[in-house]
Amino acid sequence: MRRRIAPGAVLWLLVGAAYFLIPLVATLLFSLKDNQTGQCCSLSSYGEILHDPAFWKNLRVSFILSLETIVLSLVLLIPTVYWVHLKLPRLRPVLAFLALIPFVVPPIILVVGLLDVYKSSPDWFYAEPYGFLVAAYVILAFPYVYFSLDAGFRAIDVHTLTEASQNLGASWRTTLWSVILPNIRAAAMGGAFLTLAIVMGEFTIASLATFDTFPIYLQYINQNKAYPAAAVTLIAFAITWAAMLALLAVGRARPMHVAGTK
Amino acid sequence: MAFLFLPASKVLYGAFQATDGGLTLANLEEITKEPYRTAFRTSIEVSLVTALLGGALGFLIAYSVIREGTPRFLRTAFTTFSGVAANFAGIPLAFAFIATLGTIGIVTQLLADLGLDPYQHGFTLFSKTGVELVYLYFQIPLMILVIAPAIDGLRREWREAAANLGATPRQFWRHVGLPVLAPSLLGAVVLLFGSSFAAYATAYGLTGGSVPLVPITIGFYVSGDVLSNPHLAQALALGMFVVLAVMMAIYLPLQRISSRWVR
Repeated sequence: MRRRIAPGAVLWLLVGAAYFLIPLVATLLFSLKDNQTGQCCSLSSYGEILHDPAFWKNLRVSFILSLETIVLSLVLLIPTVYWVHLKLPRLRPVLAFLALIPFVVPPIILVVGLLDVYKSSPDWFYAEPYGFLVAAYVILAFPYVYFSLDAGFRAIDVHTLTEASQNLGASWRTTLWSVILPNIRAAAMGGAFLTLAIVMGEFTIASLATFDTFPIYLQYINQNKAYPAAAVTLIAFAITWAAMLALLAVGRARPMHVAGTK
Repeated sequence: MAFLFLPASKVLYGAFQATDGGLTLANLEEITKEPYRTAFRTSIEVSLVTALLGGALGFLIAYSVIREGTPRFLRTAFTTFSGVAANFAGIPLAFAFIATLGTIGIVTQLLADLGLDPYQHGFTLFSKTGVELVYLYFQIPLMILVIAPAIDGLRREWREAAANLGATPRQFWRHVGLPVLAPSLLGAVVLLFGSSFAAYATAYGLTGGSVPLVPITIGFYVSGDVLSNPHLAQALALGMFVVLAVMMAIYLPLQRISSRWVR
């Protein structure tokens, strides 16, 4: 027999929903106000943003940074986690502990150290977002990518897959590329989408290291144009939503079962 | 591997560098004085308030979502949304609140039309209270995400057993529910404390630095808005690091205890 929903639960769910939704609805209404008159409703704010070349430029920079961070993180971590699961399971707690370091050293501390450490590095690295920022973002993304991959590797039988592949004469590279990778695809994609959400929204390091990324553009608009700022805020929110929904979607797609691989 | 951990360890090293190089103790002594003492106090106050309030509200909402009788789709909706909202911090969040409760925000104007302009009654979004209000927007979802598995672990049989033995719901919570959840709850609140202590972008986007939090102060030094003194920034970063390390030292053992009950 199904029980009815408790009145106390209704109250708290309403409080929660109101707290979450009111700022979003208010931002939407705000973004629809007309630039000149402040009256509802007009799409002029969106038009202004979409015709601003700086918007596209910064959005592109952030997007490329995300892709670069994702590729670099996966290239570094997939072989590492694979090796640890296969040969050095005793190192797993060590890795898990290292993955907590970014929580104890948040971006605001990280940037202080990084600026100091890389001060004397060559310009093509230090002065370019695609060098300096990516190095920082790989560190920020590390826990998310690691925990995602770790869960993925735990769900498959690494030993059996590897042995079967080796018995059939595959090299390590072939094993990793055509046997292991397809099996942890969902986990890798999950880590990738989380990284995308993080990099697209990262402000602290980009701002203090003076690079022009999407959140920097948002802050600039915030200070100068009230109504278009609401439009950009909603676009930023939509990007986070898209990344999270994609994450959920790949999370549902089960990794292939061992018996199912031909 | 080395590439990953070298920068992380170098950061620690860099933070410690502030403590040598001649000016060692002077820098550390400096951050115990004003205005840094106030910065640390404000940061800790904000973190405490948002961790406790966010923890309480997040727990109540998470429990309401999970308890029997709540339709399944609400649970999916709330957890998905929490995943988004917990990651929706920073500049966009700050602006969403400015559009809501800023001087010309939608809700402010609505209240003003009703004759209840909050700005006439001493409220301003660009203050410590404002920062706390905004931080709760990512603290509550974070709490929901962290505590939900623990609440799931509270087995229905325990509840039924307690009820069969004649316990009232209050007695159940007092003697079974809360003691079992206590380590998880405490751990989650500690985690929330850390997340708000370390936040920079949201407070910066909201106040531009008028509320003196530790991260904001560090930001000023790094960007050189104030007389640039990298050593002070490093000393402050070291101070933050110590607070966060203590937090982790409390959190990890608590997590180990609470994982006993969650499968």
